[in-house]
Amino acid sequence: MTNGGVRHGEPLLDVRDLRVEFRTRDGVARAVNGVSYTVAAGQTLAVLGESGSGKSVTAQAVMGILDSPPGFVTGGEILFQGRDLLKLGKEERRKVRGARMAMIFQDALSSLNPVLTVGAQLGEMFEVHEGMSRKKARGRAVELMERVGIPAARERVGDYPHQFSGGMRQRIMIAMALALRPDLIIADEPTTALDVTVQAQVMDLLAELQREFTMGLILITHDLGVVADVADTIAVMYAGRIVETAPVHQLYKAPAHPYTRGLLESIPRLGHKGRELYAIKGLPPNLTAIPPGCAFHPRCPLARDICRTDPPPLYEAGPDRASACHFWRETLDGGKEIFDGAR
Amino acid sequence: MPESYVPKEAIGHGDGGTAALAMGEAESLERAPAAGRPPGGEPTGKPRSLWSDAWHDLRRNPVFVVSALVIVFLVVIAIWPQLIATGNPYRADLAKAQEGAAPGHPFGYDTQGRDVYTRVVYGARASITVGTCATAGAALLGSLLGGLAGFFGGWWDTLLSRLADIFFGIPVLLGGLVFLSVVTSTTVWPVVGFIVLLGWPQIGRIARGSVVTAKQNDYVQAARALGAGNGRMLLRHIAPNAVAPVIVVATIALGTYIALEATLSYLGAGLKPPTVSWGIDISTASTYIRNAPHMLLWPAGALSITVLAFIMLGDAVRDALDPKLR
Amino acid sequence: MGRYVIRRLLQMIPVFIGSTFLIFFMVYALGDPVAAMFGDRAPDPATAAQIRHDLYLDQPLWRQYPHYMGQIFQGNFGTAFNGQSVTELMSTAFPVTLRLTIVAIVIEMIVGIVLGVFSGLRRGRGVDTSVLVLTLVVVSIPTFVSGYLLQFVFGVKWEWAAPTVATEAPLNQLLLPGLVLALVSLAYVTRLTRTSIAENARADYVRTAIAKGLPRRRVITRHLLRNSLIPVVTFIGTDIGALMGGAIVTERIFNIHGVGYQLYQGILRQNSPTVVGFVTILVLVFLIANLLVDLLYAVLDPRIRYA
Repeated sequence: MTNGGVRHGEPLLDVRDLRVEFRTRDGVARAVNGVSYTVAAGQTLAVLGESGSGKSVTAQAVMGILDSPPGFVTGGEILFQGRDLLKLGKEERRKVRGARMAMIFQDALSSLNPVLTVGAQLGEMFEVHEGMSRKKARGRAVELMERVGIPAARERVGDYPHQFSGGMRQRIMIAMALALRPDLIIADEPTTALDVTVQAQVMDLLAELQREFTMGLILITHDLGVVADVADTIAVMYAGRIVETAPVHQLYKAPAHPYTRGLLESIPRLGHKGRELYAIKGLPPNLTAIPPGCAFHPRCPLARDICRTDPPPLYEAGPDRASACHFWRETLDGGKEIFDGAR
Repeated sequence: MPESYVPKEAIGHGDGGTAALAMGEAESLERAPAAGRPPGGEPTGKPRSLWSDAWHDLRRNPVFVVSALVIVFLVVIAIWPQLIATGNPYRADLAKAQEGAAPGHPFGYDTQGRDVYTRVVYGARASITVGTCATAGAALLGSLLGGLAGFFGGWWDTLLSRLADIFFGIPVLLGGLVFLSVVTSTTVWPVVGFIVLLGWPQIGRIARGSVVTAKQNDYVQAARALGAGNGRMLLRHIAPNAVAPVIVVATIALGTYIALEATLSYLGAGLKPPTVSWGIDISTASTYIRNAPHMLLWPAGALSITVLAFIMLGDAVRDALDPKLR
Repeated sequence: MGRYVIRRLLQMIPVFIGSTFLIFFMVYALGDPVAAMFGDRAPDPATAAQIRHDLYLDQPLWRQYPHYMGQIFQGNFGTAFNGQSVTELMSTAFPVTLRLTIVAIVIEMIVGIVLGVFSGLRRGRGVDTSVLVLTLVVVSIPTFVSGYLLQFVFGVKWEWAAPTVATEAPLNQLLLPGLVLALVSLAYVTRLTRTSIAENARADYVRTAIAKGLPRRRVITRHLLRNSLIPVVTFIGTDIGALMGGAIVTERIFNIHGVGYQLYQGILRQNSPTVVGFVTILVLVFLIANLLVDLLYAVLDPRIRYA
């Protein structure tokens, strides 16, 4: 029943104007402020942003694993295969989790239960969602481990997470997410904790499996390098909003938001040896007191009076792209000098 | 307080209605204090030490304030019981034995016709003396031996750890009974000595643990690499880190030592008359609990409140000093 | 694993000798067991000397101790004040205290863990705060106070339970004393469980379990509880030894003729064989319980490997 409820052309996941806040003792932290994005079957959306930009919180809200309290979804819709997940009951929501959409976390060592064997943790998916017997589920666990490329899977199914290497553990996480052939995978910084050489292998495996099962993939990352090869579309988040979305190559070629531009400029490149790296000045805002106007204005080299007062809407900045900057046009073509001037 | 300061306890602290934040994004909110700063500038608030942070938390913690007030009150009446009790704790009026409350005698009379209120007030002295002296002794001995064991390691560590194990192996009450039953002194010192003897290993372990941890800190390693001597290392770099856990454990221990003294006195092995002790009075009163429960309830209540005050104080201090719990 | 056990057993030897010698020293060197036998009467010097010689008391302490330990390992614990052999006394006292301890452990496990899980899952809310305060209050009331209070309320006033326990110490009569004995540990178990649950509830693997779409019940029992109970089980294990030694107050209040009662009598009458014999066994129980707890730890947490 892969992709069962989705008609052709309709997005698999359609997040509309999602709002999430954390009610803490010293105020309300508005972590997600009207985020909208769509993911189609077989498509990869990369969500890019610093920690605190709301990229993980959005994903957690989609998965329905937000810690509540203090986190609350205060508005918007999460349409998944045409149904608004926020309107589902707890039990219906649970049945979607793991089965129809699954999540891969950053740190596989802490994300796997240290006192249960990997076989038990993989098999659990089949036991709970498909009512399979423990023995049969274990057999399926071995198959899964083989599929994600774990050598000697049959012997290792009874091992504990700490007995595997970092890369192998992340493969197990992937296997667990794939167990029930979900339609959507959310990968939250899946390779950040790994060695560079292993990162590529894990990313390749993920991309390969995504193609094989035509799944939608949301790849959350702060690493522009990871994104380039894998993603179709990029959404850049800042202070709980999407500030720019664009097809991946267009964004790399010519960003339409000063923040994206700053991120790209701060990547070291081979050809630029000897040049000072650009750094976005200042710090991300306190989510309990997001600056008025454009949230990025205190750090923006282009900021003018309008930026301090009027929050920019998402401007159409070409086919399939949008930018939440009053001066997206200037950024798109003329921004270079301004940034060089700011350096 | 500088305006930009956002108290740390906002982040996932246990007791104020803020539970854990979403795990993935917790780090982002910890940055919250940065917001009030001028962009790119230095923070306007002064950097705060563990201690001033803790003190800031404590002053606002009602548990701390109440228990500290209770303790101050107890210490004052331990030193000057006459302030609130004008009577004589030994004055007995057998005719009134076991009688209940009467005007001027709110807690009634004990089995020898002595005023229970006066005895409860005077009883604070023994408990507070034993508690503070034993804690001071155990904390000094424990942090000295434990700290040295942690700092020097090697056979010194092995020896002290085994020695601590030996004392741990002896059940406290039994040890107390055996040790104190042969003592004839009616002062508090044998009891204090015994509690120090069995109490130091607990504090020693804590001190040892925190010294070992502190020793592994990068800046301590750096200081060593720069040629800091042992004495300087211990005093300037290691001791300050080990002090906090020892203080926490010692405060809680103070409460339990007071309870231990009372229990030993109850078993007839702790303090001895004519010392006025809640433990002794409770022990005497226990025989008459069916007819005159007031004789037991008042000293028992005073004892429990005293122990509670110290344990709560320790608990509050631990919460304030342990950043992990935030 | 085997090597670890052997190493631990070897480490236990000096601790065992140290602890028992300390008690032995206190009893034999500080007190005068012979004088105690005669009570208030002054003993006839010749008889006293004879007894001293028979009991090996005319030897220096460093020779008395090995002699005494040698006797113990042959099963000869000496004679109690009432003429019974200490071994006989033990065979009646230990089963009683063991039963009392088991009742206490069961109570502290069930009530403590349930309360701890309950408040840990509601960290920071009203239930949690009240449970926390309640545990502090319970810890602050010494056992001999809570013992008399519960005995008075349940045993005397409401007559729900027997205020004192018969010599055979049947289980149903041990419920109230067991509760009294368990109270302080119960509070610790509650706090420990609560902290552990609250900490682990935020752990990544619990989030994973939720993301897997497991029912809440399964997340709690299979993933959260399993991990959170490791420190609790450890505490309860070490508590067995402490409870057996600490039963002295409870046994006195409820007139239970167990280890604590016999020891108390032994100390009052300065009967050295009873005191040293019982304490020796208690120290052994304590040490072995600690060893078992360490081994249990490795079973519960596969990350721990003993070499």
